[in-house]
Amino acid sequence: MLKIKNLHASVEDKAILRGIDLHVKPGEVHAIMGPNGSGKSTLASVVAGKEEYEVDSGEIILDGENINELGPEERAHKGIFLSFQYPVEIPGVSVTNFVKTAINETRKAKGLEDMPANEMLKLIREKSELLEIDRKFLSRSLNEGFSGGEKKRNEIFQMAMLEPKLAILDETDSGLDIDALRIVANGVNKLKSKDNAVIVITHYQRLLDYIIPDYVHVLHNGRIVKTGNKELAHELEAKGYDWVKEEVNA
Amino acid sequence: MELKEKLVSSFMAFENMVDVDSPVHDIRTEAIKTFETEGFPTKRQEAWKYTSLNSILKYDYSVFPKHENALEFKDIKKYFVHNIDAYKIIFIDGKYASHLSQTTHDGIDVCLMSSALAKPKYRLVIENYFNKIASKDGLSSLNTAFSAEGAYIHIPKNKLVEKPIQIIHFSTGNESALMLQPRNLIVVDENSHVQIIERHQSLTDNPVLTNSVTEIFTNKRAIVDYYKIQNDRQSASLIDNTFINQKQESIAKVHTFSFGGKLTRNNLNFYQNGERIDSTMKGITIIGAKQHVDHNTLVHHIEPNCESHQDYKGIFDDRSTGVFNGKVIVEKEAQKTNAYQANNNILMSDKASINTKPQLEIFADDVKCSHGCTIGQLDENALFYLRSRGIPEKEARALLMFAFSNNVLDSVKIPEIKNSITKIIANKLGVNIGFDL
Repeated sequence: MLKIKNLHASVEDKAILRGIDLHVKPGEVHAIMGPNGSGKSTLASVVAGKEEYEVDSGEIILDGENINELGPEERAHKGIFLSFQYPVEIPGVSVTNFVKTAINETRKAKGLEDMPANEMLKLIREKSELLEIDRKFLSRSLNEGFSGGEKKRNEIFQMAMLEPKLAILDETDSGLDIDALRIVANGVNKLKSKDNAVIVITHYQRLLDYIIPDYVHVLHNGRIVKTGNKELAHELEAKGYDWVKEEVNA
Repeated sequence: MELKEKLVSSFMAFENMVDVDSPVHDIRTEAIKTFETEGFPTKRQEAWKYTSLNSILKYDYSVFPKHENALEFKDIKKYFVHNIDAYKIIFIDGKYASHLSQTTHDGIDVCLMSSALAKPKYRLVIENYFNKIASKDGLSSLNTAFSAEGAYIHIPKNKLVEKPIQIIHFSTGNESALMLQPRNLIVVDENSHVQIIERHQSLTDNPVLTNSVTEIFTNKRAIVDYYKIQNDRQSASLIDNTFINQKQESIAKVHTFSFGGKLTRNNLNFYQNGERIDSTMKGITIIGAKQHVDHNTLVHHIEPNCESHQDYKGIFDDRSTGVFNGKVIVEKEAQKTNAYQANNNILMSDKASINTKPQLEIFADDVKCSHGCTIGQLDENALFYLRSRGIPEKEARALLMFAFSNNVLDSVKIPEIKNSITKIIANKLGVNIGFDL
């Protein structure tokens, strides 16, 4: 589904990704872990198409197509979804109107008519229940005054509405208490299928107790320096990252 | 001939054409003298520092337009607020168009300035109110000198006028260049409530300059909701001079939506003559190309326990320019005044500019006056957020711009007006998305 080949990316001439290779197949969950500043969030943003990052070389291939040159909206139309580490507050746009617009613009890009209003309502009801989101919450301005947990739940709600092929969760666990973590993880697990894939970016192993990864990658200095299974996450949790760094340097 | 000389020398002919015996004859004669002395404002005047009229005064405007263009309703339907039962006062090239209008004398007077000036039964109202608060500057005086036609609205006490009143001035391009001087008088007596929508619309690319004066009197506990829709062609310019005199416990709200036109200057003046008065002025300006919109507001707090609220949002693209000059005067007697002013702007291009200037003159010591202005750009992170959800760049920008100005639309109480404005904004931004936020 997603193939990243020798990806180098920089921001303002500062190299951040220095040769990433990653292959994600349908049905898989990949966890990307690593210390602060290793390039995890950059990788997420580059795959989602954030324009302030410059791709210097390498390829991002989605379903056989190179998407390096596509804008973020075109990538979204092809099924990429990024759950933001810091969701942006947008006063004046309600959650409901935002997801409606997102869904209908995506349909428009595929040559489909707007989703009928009753169908939209039903979908909103269904997905907000899945994430235990209060209806009142949906008429509030997007992320404005939301708690950390509400913001993250709202991200996964959008993901549930948009049903992406590839979801990238960028530190979705940060700022969540244990109940919110359970709700979010439960939501993600319910949305998982053999046809879609999830990349979980996280500092901690905690979230991976709920969303079980098939692969765990360790990112360090803009490269994937180690790949293992879920046991690797436990090992990192117990021992920290220093031993991985030492292994790399040796 | 310079425009000023042309206007001054046309005055005699104008007076002969209308009615020299009119009760306002002396007022007009005085006014043309004032105009002759004052002339058009220039950038040397502080209040006109950022707005030059040179580019619109250069045309050879016709002052006495021909009236031969009969417009059909179907051709101009789109300029009306839709799906709303309303009184209509419609003018074509400055002349009243009865076939497009719906006026009334049933308990209230919604009719024409020309008949109010001519008929004895209106004489008392004219004597008491006409030209009583309009300023004596050059432009307003010019309008006063040539005041013959416009809307005359008188709501006696204890009337809730449910149907809004739409005043629309069309210009057809019959003349290669046309200057209009509409004159409106609106008197709302005790406890009454009226809603008014005003629009100026040119139908061709021939230059039009409208220099309009509107005097509004809100008497005790009266409520006036006034909506100005400025979405004209870019060959048309508008100088709007509005003066509102408020008596105790009255509420006057003016919303100004400025999207079109070549040059638009809004001189909006509130005078609070009584206690517990509320004056509200809000605006959304979205312009591009080389358009220019200048909001020049004045609130004169004269008596205690009154409020004023100003909230203007501006979005400027291309080489457009904006001005916001908000003056608040709080007299010594006006204790416990609560005056709030906000002007927030977004510049979409490096070539666009906005000059914003709050002017507070406070002579009382127990007041709450706040003001704030901001100038910024669209948030790139917000843009990426929307795009990452599949909303294309143009639509995402439009959504952010709409959200930025949304709280001004929130205070529009008539849903049909809100819908009309929303559609105009979507059109202006070139998108087809529902903003039912």
